[in-house]
Amino acid sequence: MRFGKALLYTILVLYAIVTMIPFLWALSSSFKTLEEIVSGSISFIPKDFTLDNYKQIFIEQELFPRWFMNSVIIAVTVTMLNLIFNSMAGYALARLQFRGKQTIFMIILAVLMIPAQVTMIPNYLILKQLGWLNSYQGMIVPAMINATFIFMMRQFFINFPKELEEAAALDGLSRIGTFFRIVLPLARPALAAQAIFVFMGSWNDFMRPLIILSDPQLFTLPLGLNSFKGQYISYWNYIMAASMVFTMPVLVIYAFFNRYFIKGISFTGGK
Amino acid sequence: MFRRQRWKEAGTAYTLLSPTLFVLLLFVIGPILFAIYLSFHKVQLLGTASFQFVGFDNFTRILDDTRAKIALWNTAKYVAIVVPTQTMLALVLAATLNAGLKGEKFFRIVYFLPTLTSSAVLTLIFMWMYNQNGLVNHVLKFLGLPTYNWLGDPSVALNAIMIMNIWSTAPFFMVIYLAALQDIPDSLYEAAELDGANAWHKFWYVTVPYLKPVTSFVIIMGLIGTFQLFDQSYIFSGGSGGPNNATLTVVLLIYQYAFKSLGTMGYAAALAFALAIVILLATWLQRKFSKEESLY
Repeated sequence: MRFGKALLYTILVLYAIVTMIPFLWALSSSFKTLEEIVSGSISFIPKDFTLDNYKQIFIEQELFPRWFMNSVIIAVTVTMLNLIFNSMAGYALARLQFRGKQTIFMIILAVLMIPAQVTMIPNYLILKQLGWLNSYQGMIVPAMINATFIFMMRQFFINFPKELEEAAALDGLSRIGTFFRIVLPLARPALAAQAIFVFMGSWNDFMRPLIILSDPQLFTLPLGLNSFKGQYISYWNYIMAASMVFTMPVLVIYAFFNRYFIKGISFTGGK
Repeated sequence: MFRRQRWKEAGTAYTLLSPTLFVLLLFVIGPILFAIYLSFHKVQLLGTASFQFVGFDNFTRILDDTRAKIALWNTAKYVAIVVPTQTMLALVLAATLNAGLKGEKFFRIVYFLPTLTSSAVLTLIFMWMYNQNGLVNHVLKFLGLPTYNWLGDPSVALNAIMIMNIWSTAPFFMVIYLAALQDIPDSLYEAAELDGANAWHKFWYVTVPYLKPVTSFVIIMGLIGTFQLFDQSYIFSGGSGGPNNATLTVVLLIYQYAFKSLGTMGYAAALAFALAIVILLATWLQRKFSKEESLY
């Protein structure tokens, strides 16, 4: 038994090291001088600790702050709209009786199974026709709902106690008023989990911006980073510094919402 | 009276659903129909866009396309290796984390880091480590193992991406397993113990069978994710799928035909449909397979 425990701890620690090393290596490289980078040193502690790489990316690369802002604007807007619209749809599908309900629900389930590549090309042509290529709305409008979370919100509202809504109706609130003033505020845990995943999805998305955006002014961080790499191909110290700046906001969000992350994932785990 | 109320309720429902229906029609259902149309046409976007009907030409062309075969082969290899490996690794990690050891919370947070980080950042970090003179080769040399030109050698470039992706997705599935593990009733283990089962027996005869539905879910999600590999091979190869087509995946090829070469958008749409069918088929097979297994 004691041997078994030791073995389990060994697995845990070894895998934690395997997980941490790439991040620590990137972090340490971002504080190294180009000289040390080129020399191929494998020390995790920089010989001459320097902040120049970070200064360099913010000063020399004046587009970098712009990319950061683009990512923030798009990810925040997409998240807010998703929270409202997915909940509205989920509520209607869970609670209201109307013609076409089954059909709409089946379509949403079917959408879950269609790979993005099928709609990617026509979407590009439609956005082009609308004049929305290279624009915030081109990034935001097609992403403002998400079938997975409509489905999740529907499940949530089905299990939601009806009494509160009936009381609100007796007080003379309309259905929509009840939804926004009573039901939505009580759905906060489900909304938190959803917010995190939608934000991360948008923040980290690479393929959609790659197709929709071609003006470097409008790039989001993943695209910016990719073009940055092309430009500073052997300046790995700059590239690692930029990567660290990109990763920080997500780590902060994770630190704040840690418990919702795990909850949200077990939710999708089909429990 | 009753009727009017039903009308009102339907009105409310459609108001609440209107943003969803708008996006579904304009950016999902419309595009699917449009994609079917595109896949039967030769599309020219230069000047005035033209669509020329070509019947099944785009689909038959797939069979003669060497790069499509390479992309399919690479993708198949990738799926066949990554899905089982990450599933097993996720299960082992979850079982270890669930054994009631100290510091579980800490390990869970550490393990979760790759899942949070964007694929663009992860790919850059790994490219930096895979450098000829980089960390990975230094470690291999230190252990007395052969070193590789990870980024430039066609025979190892795809393996480099596989290793990176197993590393980054296994912890995500681990969390799913972890949630399921906590549902297994203790009485099952107690009964097994009475029958004289050791730790390994308990894992193999109680845990693994109990987790079958979750495993099925993890495999299906894994299949869908791996078949759609794009970001990593795009960034890794600068969009080319190189060296020597070694990291060319089906989605990267679709991207190239759709947006990087002229006059092949219809063909790209046909390839996208072919991929969708392959994914559906794979998940259907998985479902069928796991259902038959659970009969005994």
